[in-house]
Order: sequence, then C-alpha cells, then structure tokens
Amino acid sequence: MVERLITTALAVLLLALSPLHPAAAKEAEAVAADPVLEARVMQLATELRCLVCQNQTIADSHADLAVDLRKQIREQLAQGRSEDQIRDYMTARYGDFVLYKPPFKPTTALLWVGPPLLLAGALIGLFLMLRARQRASPDAFEPDAPDTPEELADGSPARTPR
Amino acid sequence: MNRYLLPLFGFLVLAGFLAFGLKLDPHEVPSPLIDKPAPAFSAAKLSQPDQRVTLGDLKGKAWVLNVWASWCAPCRDEHPLWVAYAKNSPVPIYGLNYKDKNEAGAAWLRQLGNPYAESLTDPDGRIGIDYGVYGVPETFVIDSQGVVRLKHTGPITPAVLRDEIDPLLKRLSQHG
Repeated sequence: MVERLITTALAVLLLALSPLHPAAAKEAEAVAADPVLEARVMQLATELRCLVCQNQTIADSHADLAVDLRKQIREQLAQGRSEDQIRDYMTARYGDFVLYKPPFKPTTALLWVGPPLLLAGALIGLFLMLRARQRASPDAFEPDAPDTPEELADGSPARTPR
Repeated sequence: MNRYLLPLFGFLVLAGFLAFGLKLDPHEVPSPLIDKPAPAFSAAKLSQPDQRVTLGDLKGKAWVLNVWASWCAPCRDEHPLWVAYAKNSPVPIYGLNYKDKNEAGAAWLRQLGNPYAESLTDPDGRIGIDYGVYGVPETFVIDSQGVVRLKHTGPITPAVLRDEIDPLLKRLSQHG
C-alpha cells in the first residue's frame, strides 16, 4: 500500500518535471499542409545560415529569427517563387554570409582557392624535400643509434652518449 | 640553424593569424544594405497604433533607426546613451519596437525615458527581416535620400556614438 503510494507520488513528480508537460511546451510551429512543400522548405533551410547562432542552419536552429525565416521561405515557396529567388531575397538582406555555399567572387576567392593552394604548396614542399634527401650523399645522414643491448652487443657502430 | 628557425617562423605566422582573428567579431556581419536604398515599410506608431508611418514620410532629412525591444537586455544597456544623445541630436531618432507587445514597449519607454521622435512597431518582425536585423539592438543611419549609410549591430557604446555615429549625423544634417 505504502509502496504504491510512493510509486504514484514519484510518477506524479516525474510528470510535473517532465519537459513534455503541457505548461512548459512551446506552441508548435506551423508547417505547410503539403509535405512536398515542407520538404522543399527544409531543403532550402539547410543551405541558409542562422545569423543568431552562426554555426547552425535555419533548419536546425530554434532561434526566433530562424523560425521567422522558415516561415518566410514557406510563404514564398507557396506563392510560387523559386529557390533561387528566395536565396536572392536572403542575400539581399543578410549578405553572402547567410549562404553556407557562398558564390565565387573577389571577396570570397581566398575562401574557395585557399585550401587547394595550401594543399598544393604542402605537396610541392614534400616533393622537394624528398628529392633533396634522395640526392644527398650518405654522409649527410647520421647513422642509426642502436637502442637495445642486443644491437649494442652486435658491434654495430654506436653513437657516443652525450 | 635553419632547422630551428623554420618552426619558429611557422609559429610566428600562425600566431599572427590567430592574433588577428581574435580581434575580429564574427557577429559583425557586413550589411549588404550599406549605400543601398533603405527597404520600404509601413508601420503603425507605438503611441497611436491607428496611424502609420512609411519610409516615404521620412525622406528629405537624415534620420536614425534604432531597433529595440522591451525583452532585449542589451537594449537596456544602450538606452541611456540614446536618451542623452537625443537632447542634442542633429537628426531625429526613430525607434522600431521589434517583435514586442505595444503595452510592454510603451511601459519600457515610460520607465527608461523616450529618446525617439516616434517609435514604429514591427510586431511580427517583417520590417526587421527586410532590414536584415538579426540581433537587437541594431542601429541604422539613413540619409535624406533614403540611403542606408551606416549599420551598427548590437548595443552602441559611447565610443561608437562619439566616433562613428555622431560625426556622420552632423555631416548629414549639414549636407543632406
């Protein structure tokens, strides 16, 4: 009897604290009735950066602005505007920064060309170094130091310990 | 000698980039609106919700648009600066009460002072979206031709007001 009371009390407490409790729940965001349209909304939203929490897309973010922008996308797609038109709409207001895939232009050239240039530079450097080593005479290298007693007993040339 | 200098050189280059990066604020996103015509709007007045103000009504003189909300803590920080500046401002300052309830906005102004020639309301944030607002408070300077000349995201500081906004407003109020 007592056990049951405690279990019930615990269950009530858990329910009260649960985030699913209706008092704590936020109003559900309106979604388009048409699932195809909603899929297009979310597809486009994953390409756009949320400016409030900059490492999230508008699709991921729960910031008020992201919710508003998803609503904008939904309305404009429903009005028959194309994805490109909506991308233009967003960049006109928030700049190229809002696009996760920014266009190639003078201000973004370093962003696009930088990583391949760095990789090419590193590969060229590696190649030059390997070629220089290949051509160097054996005198340029220090002999390997033996590091186990067996090797030492072998009589191979040991480096004098400093 | 070279084998010690090379890593040191590499470290210095890296440290230089990191030091430069520390000074950049990733939240300062350059606005594409600078030197472009300000987006049109029609907004109800906070004081008289049955009256509307449009962008056209404000053409002919330079003005400041300060986006604020009663729920926005940084707005509270910058507000005294605007209250003080408004006393001698060369141009009118308009507020945009962003995604707020009229009663809450009006109460906020009663409590903290009202620096605004008029506060416009943007209850659903549409005007905010057109102006690329992403972090209230935000401040725009719009010239007499209706062109956006400056945008500041986040609360203004005395230094920003003194060194950037005030000189621009004085210039605009003299030359239009």
